[in-house]
Amino acid sequence: MSTGIGARVQRKEDKRYITGKGKYTDDVRNESQAYAAFVRSPHAHANVNGIDTSAAMAMDGVIDVLNGQQLTGDGIGNIICGWAITSKDGSPMNMGAWSALATSKVRYVGDAVAVVIAETQALARIAAEAVEVDYEVLPAVAASDKALAGGAALIHDNAPGNLIYDWEIGDGAATDAALAGAAHVTELAVTNNRLSPNAMEPRAAVATFDECDDHYTLYTTSQNPHVARLVLSAFYQVAPENKLRVIAPDVGGGFGSKIFIYPEEITCLWASMKTNRSVKWTSDRSEAFITDAHGRDHITTAKMGFDAAGKIVGFKVDTIANFGAYMSLFSSSVPTYLYATLLSGQYNIENIHCNVRAAYTNTVPVDAYRGAGRPEACFLVERMMETAAREMGKDPTDLRRANFVQEFPHQTPVIMAYDAGDFGANLDQAMAAADVAGFAARKAESAGRGKLRGLGYSSYIEACGIAPSAAVGSLGAGVGLWESAEVRVNPVGTIEVLTGSHSHGQGHETTFAQIVAERFDLPLENVSIVHGDTDKVQFGMGTYGSRSGAVGMSAIVKAMDKVEAKVRKIAAHVLEASEDDIVIEGGQVKVAGTDKAMGWHEVGLSAYTAHNLPPDMEPGLKEGAFYDPANFTFPAGTYICEVEVDPETGVTDIVQFTASDDFGTIINPNIVEGQVHGGIAQGIGQAMLEQVVYDDDAQLVTGSYMDYAMPRASDVPSFSVHHASTTCPNNPLGMKGCGEAGAIGSPPAVINAITDAIGSNDLAMPATPQAVWNAIQAAK
Amino acid sequence: MTNVSMTVNGKAVSREVPDETLLSEFLREHLRLTGTHVGCDTSQCGACVVHVNGKAVKSCSTLAASLDGSQVTTIEGLANGGLHPMQQAFTENHGLQCGFCTPGMIMTSVDMVNRYKADGKELTAQAIRGELAGNICRCTGYHNIVKAVEDAAAKM
Ligand code: FES
Ligand code: FES
Repeated sequence: MSTGIGARVQRKEDKRYITGKGKYTDDVRNESQAYAAFVRSPHAHANVNGIDTSAAMAMDGVIDVLNGQQLTGDGIGNIICGWAITSKDGSPMNMGAWSALATSKVRYVGDAVAVVIAETQALARIAAEAVEVDYEVLPAVAASDKALAGGAALIHDNAPGNLIYDWEIGDGAATDAALAGAAHVTELAVTNNRLSPNAMEPRAAVATFDECDDHYTLYTTSQNPHVARLVLSAFYQVAPENKLRVIAPDVGGGFGSKIFIYPEEITCLWASMKTNRSVKWTSDRSEAFITDAHGRDHITTAKMGFDAAGKIVGFKVDTIANFGAYMSLFSSSVPTYLYATLLSGQYNIENIHCNVRAAYTNTVPVDAYRGAGRPEACFLVERMMETAAREMGKDPTDLRRANFVQEFPHQTPVIMAYDAGDFGANLDQAMAAADVAGFAARKAESAGRGKLRGLGYSSYIEACGIAPSAAVGSLGAGVGLWESAEVRVNPVGTIEVLTGSHSHGQGHETTFAQIVAERFDLPLENVSIVHGDTDKVQFGMGTYGSRSGAVGMSAIVKAMDKVEAKVRKIAAHVLEASEDDIVIEGGQVKVAGTDKAMGWHEVGLSAYTAHNLPPDMEPGLKEGAFYDPANFTFPAGTYICEVEVDPETGVTDIVQFTASDDFGTIINPNIVEGQVHGGIAQGIGQAMLEQVVYDDDAQLVTGSYMDYAMPRASDVPSFSVHHASTTCPNNPLGMKGCGEAGAIGSPPAVINAITDAIGSNDLAMPATPQAVWNAIQAAK
Repeated sequence: MTNVSMTVNGKAVSREVPDETLLSEFLREHLRLTGTHVGCDTSQCGACVVHVNGKAVKSCSTLAASLDGSQVTTIEGLANGGLHPMQQAFTENHGLQCGFCTPGMIMTSVDMVNRYKADGKELTAQAIRGELAGNICRCTGYHNIVKAVEDAAAKM
């Protein structure tokens, strides 16, 4: 059976997970482990006038209680946002100070003011309850539009009016003129609901200080251990990089929430030095709801203009983005360069203008969550298309087709240059698979049972393969977004690949090995993937933004190119042939057209014995590469959702969900389909179930799985997943990325379907039975 | 402190533990069987499911002391060497991604199949989805988990 590109290979990493032998951060326990518990603000906004730790300190087994004054006194720096956005008036964004432990003021429920280090976790938690904090409660605000309205509580002194930035993209005057001349203008107001990522493994950290070497080791639940080390070192001044090892072992899902560097990791590292103990912190789910960065939370109004033939002439968008109480690591980029740059959708639109205001509120910080900005863009564009089609009495697929980009490359007015795609092919494939032709009969059948049936489309596009370093640098990114790889051929011919990507469910140990096994025609088990440890692996940027295929695997290909070149030289020298005649196949390195050959392992051995190498060749067989992508990649596709609504109760059943995606080259269809399934389930969660709720005092109402509705097995259908692919011209494997598409493309398909069924367009996410029932009643 | 004695994965164990020790803590912290995971604090996610006297139980919501004398099986002890058909089916059907929910999913599913077989009831895809109400997976969208359970049910 083939194990190469395109093969449905069973995952190499599965055995440890299905037998309970996975090693996650919370499974790490050091000798004489100490435990951290944080003292967190119960108030959304308050001055901290004093902290009395005496009762906690007096408890047996409490090692220390540490606070923010001590932390900043020791020179630990503030948490920063790594992407600088400039307002349209030229001013820099207003970033407020964020100390890992608050010093004088708390700004959201959950903000940490102190940490207890104790002999057991239970004891640390009890002692944290005994810390008395003198709070002077201040007025608080949770909603972004209220935070920006005059008179709201001021959250950071250096952000007047709670405004972080007021940014725009596109030509406002040209867009206004286009809308003024439009034959039809559709107006839409949408809210993109606030979500909690909820990776099933709660975040955790185990920090150990070695006083002999002045060295720290941190096990942590991270999607990007090198970025974590860099930030902990360069910005928080915890330790120089060479004195800090970050290990992200098995990580139980991320979805963006484990990209960021949080107060807890910083505090555990510092506390391990202060107490000279290994310090461990494991979040519980309640703590996760008040500390893991939330996602989405946009309020948007938009207008789209069409000419008489149904061609889009202009698109004008105004968005308020809720950032929470502090600016998390990549927060600023999400509603700007990851959102507004995708507002052209799959369509040829000459005039687009988008204005974004970012607001501080007294809520958990908001940052990237699966899709990050692109789901918000897709939801707006695809709700807009469906709404416009209904208003103009056109078939929604005809309206889309009439506006599809047909020629590539295509430069949009909002930065992105689409490189390849065939949007019509995905729409056709999805329509055929969903049996759209038979919908009318199914609808009639449902009506016979008193049910309302609806069909909804979403033709999404997103940008991933993040990202060309110089391009993102020019847009304000504080880092480059290349990826690294090292391919090590051992003297016996087996191979280790050291990758800067990180797997937290994506199956890299399998797919990365597949491309290597195929390239050198070796058994899959001869290839091992090493990742997640800064002491083992060269600097890398980690996994997010669906980048591990298009960027991470490209780096491996570049390193393999170099390995192959050296293999050819060695074999040509040993076999006394021309390099051009060397072929690598079947575990052998051969001279084409002859019976001269050496085993792959013999080439490896030759490289390391160095007894007979070409003159001037260095011994060894290991090559590294840093790959910087030439462009973003543009996965696209069409999703079709079919629902049946019970008008008596508002209960909505997704009876069919069909996906046609263009991901470019697919390495392992099992894994790609799995990514689509999971992404769609998260999108259905957003569309129908999930919502972070704050009350008017900015108290979190949805603080556990009793209140926050996670999609369960019975909430989602089986999915009908298909591929119609074009090759990405900008990376060596032709890959586009598949990790986020499901979560990006599905929410508008669901809402378009439900609104089609109930015959009313006025429905917000999440479309709970109550919301659907209310919409039905309101339309009566 | 209480002395808790039970049989875990076929081995007799006995430990002095605080009275309030949960079975999940007993397994993870006292026996260092870390295959049993804890994903929530409200008994909702099922990452912690083990078998107690042959039945699926959420170990995060059970006091260890209440199980004195019980037979406990965790993911580590599900198969006697090799893989249980359910474990096999999860990997063959790509029913796991990050693996965090997987031990609980597998233990719940084994119990589910056993119950349906004992009652002579047909385990449909819809029934599987309903039976998984207490297990949350954030990665797979459940599609391949349902396939895995159907597959294993045919082989168990
Ligand atoms: S940990 Fe037991 S149900 Fe979540
Ligand atoms: S596989 Fe990650 S939570 Fe289920």
